[in-house]
Amino acid sequence: MVDENSFASGRVPRVVIVDDHRLFRSGVRGELGDAVEVIGEAGDVDSAVRVIVEHQPDLVLLDVHLPGGGGVEVLRRVLAKHPEIRFLALSVSDAAEDVIGVVRGGARGYVTKTISGKELANAIVRVADGDAVFSPRLAGFVLDAFSATDAPPMDPELDRLTQREREVLRLIARGYAYKEVAKELFISVKTVETHVSSVLRKLQLSNRHELSRWATARKLV
Amino acid sequence: MGSGLARHLGIDPVVARLALLALSTAGIGIAVYITLTLVVPTEPETTDPSDPLDVKARARKKGRDISQLLAYIALATGMGVLFLLFGGVFDPLLWFLVFGALGGTILWQQANAAQRDEWVASTPFRGRKGWARTGAGVLLVITGVIGFLAFQQQLSDARAGLTFAIALLSGIALIAAPWIVGLVRERDKERRERIRSQERAELAAHIHDSVLHTLTLIQRRAEDPREVQRLARVQERALRSWLYQRPADAETTVSPALERVAAEVEEAHGVPIEVVCVGDCPIDDGVRATLQAAREAMVNASKYAGVDTVAVFGEVEPDEVLVFIRDRGEGFDLDDLPADRMGVRGSIIGRMERHGGNARIRTAPGEGTEVQLRMPRGAETR
Repeated sequence: MVDENSFASGRVPRVVIVDDHRLFRSGVRGELGDAVEVIGEAGDVDSAVRVIVEHQPDLVLLDVHLPGGGGVEVLRRVLAKHPEIRFLALSVSDAAEDVIGVVRGGARGYVTKTISGKELANAIVRVADGDAVFSPRLAGFVLDAFSATDAPPMDPELDRLTQREREVLRLIARGYAYKEVAKELFISVKTVETHVSSVLRKLQLSNRHELSRWATARKLV
Repeated sequence: MGSGLARHLGIDPVVARLALLALSTAGIGIAVYITLTLVVPTEPETTDPSDPLDVKARARKKGRDISQLLAYIALATGMGVLFLLFGGVFDPLLWFLVFGALGGTILWQQANAAQRDEWVASTPFRGRKGWARTGAGVLLVITGVIGFLAFQQQLSDARAGLTFAIALLSGIALIAAPWIVGLVRERDKERRERIRSQERAELAAHIHDSVLHTLTLIQRRAEDPREVQRLARVQERALRSWLYQRPADAETTVSPALERVAAEVEEAHGVPIEVVCVGDCPIDDGVRATLQAAREAMVNASKYAGVDTVAVFGEVEPDEVLVFIRDRGEGFDLDDLPADRMGVRGSIIGRMERHGGNARIRTAPGEGTEVQLRMPRGAETR
């Protein structure tokens, strides 16, 4: 199931950490230890884009709030030329507009800074392998956003979650790990990952303006 | 009246009266006098007549009465001259003079000292009333001036004069406008600065009262990681709710109420509780019972599970409200619940069933615990 080149098989992902707090960057570095190879750091949008383009990391740990335009700006400028680089958003903010904004900007996952080092390392490996990482909170947001309106969807393929996807998200929101979700629904972990990736794709591609409106209307959690 | 005008213009009252008298002979003084009487704000009565100390002041007032009498005489003289000159009150020229004077007075009154504060504090012609008054004043002055010119000389001469005047005024406006605009902008900027510095001061005060205190406490309790974590969580929550203030009706719906319950349990037991809530609805009796049961489940998880975090998920569906409380702790065997854990049966399962809902507890030793609460919406009205 795990292919030889994936990070889950033991290869160490090369990571750039982008955060405007130096203290936090060194803290994350220390917590991650040998699980990843940190090849660069940056503290604002311009230097982040420079460092990322220069080092071509497997994954970027990206803070949402950055001087110079925020994480969304880094995503926009890097992904335009290097769509293969993966981003995991990391923030103290739980505000819906930040979470949804950065995921729609192209991040493949969102975790809060209170996450433990071990969980963060797992999340990094998962995102570096191309999967999506949903925190319980993000799962809750997505459920909320996709059920926020009764209006008929413009594109049913993108604007609606399948029953199975909703079940997966609901379990994630309840605090279940992917493995536990799989066990609960009698499906494989790989299938859970597929569902989550599909939800991520819908979240990023759906044009439903209710999504962004919902996110701005709901200021905090 | 002459003295009032004198005070307004800041000149000697005698000069003002003499000027009025002189004008009266030309007729204008009368118009000015009448309009002044009508529109100039009356002086506030500063002295209390019943006050015995004010006798002196009243004596002084008598002196003023004499000059007032003089003014009336001047008025009468002026009127007489005017009638002689124009032959009656129906002469249009007189009325144009009155118009002009009236408008001028209104405009002057706008600049009254009492209103000067408003001028400084806000846009000059604040309010509809101010605009109407100013507009009326300008209109009257223009009517008066044009009418006067038109009747005094040939109309064509008047037009030439008018063109000249307009050109002159435009020139002055061109010169003065940037300066006035600059002044207005400057004032707006100052006001914004003031508001900003007030906000900064408020923020500084808040940070000082809350965050700095907590940081001090944390340094003093550094040897107790649990307490440090508890303090940090409490402060984080307080700061968050301060930064992203919730709407006023916060406590009447499920989502904020669930978060409040979690916050209270967290503060009491020191175990972080992460709440995720999807959808929202008003609180009814069934929901209230669900919240109480959820609290009991959170307390149990915090006290007995031996974990460092509890996950709570609330979901409002069209026909039911669901709450899940999950920990990854030791778990337990439902069949041999210790006697002191009867809270599970009474406070959680029993309470939910009494209100038409149900509770399921999934647990096994070593596998953690999940309490599932389910309450149909509007259960009791059915």
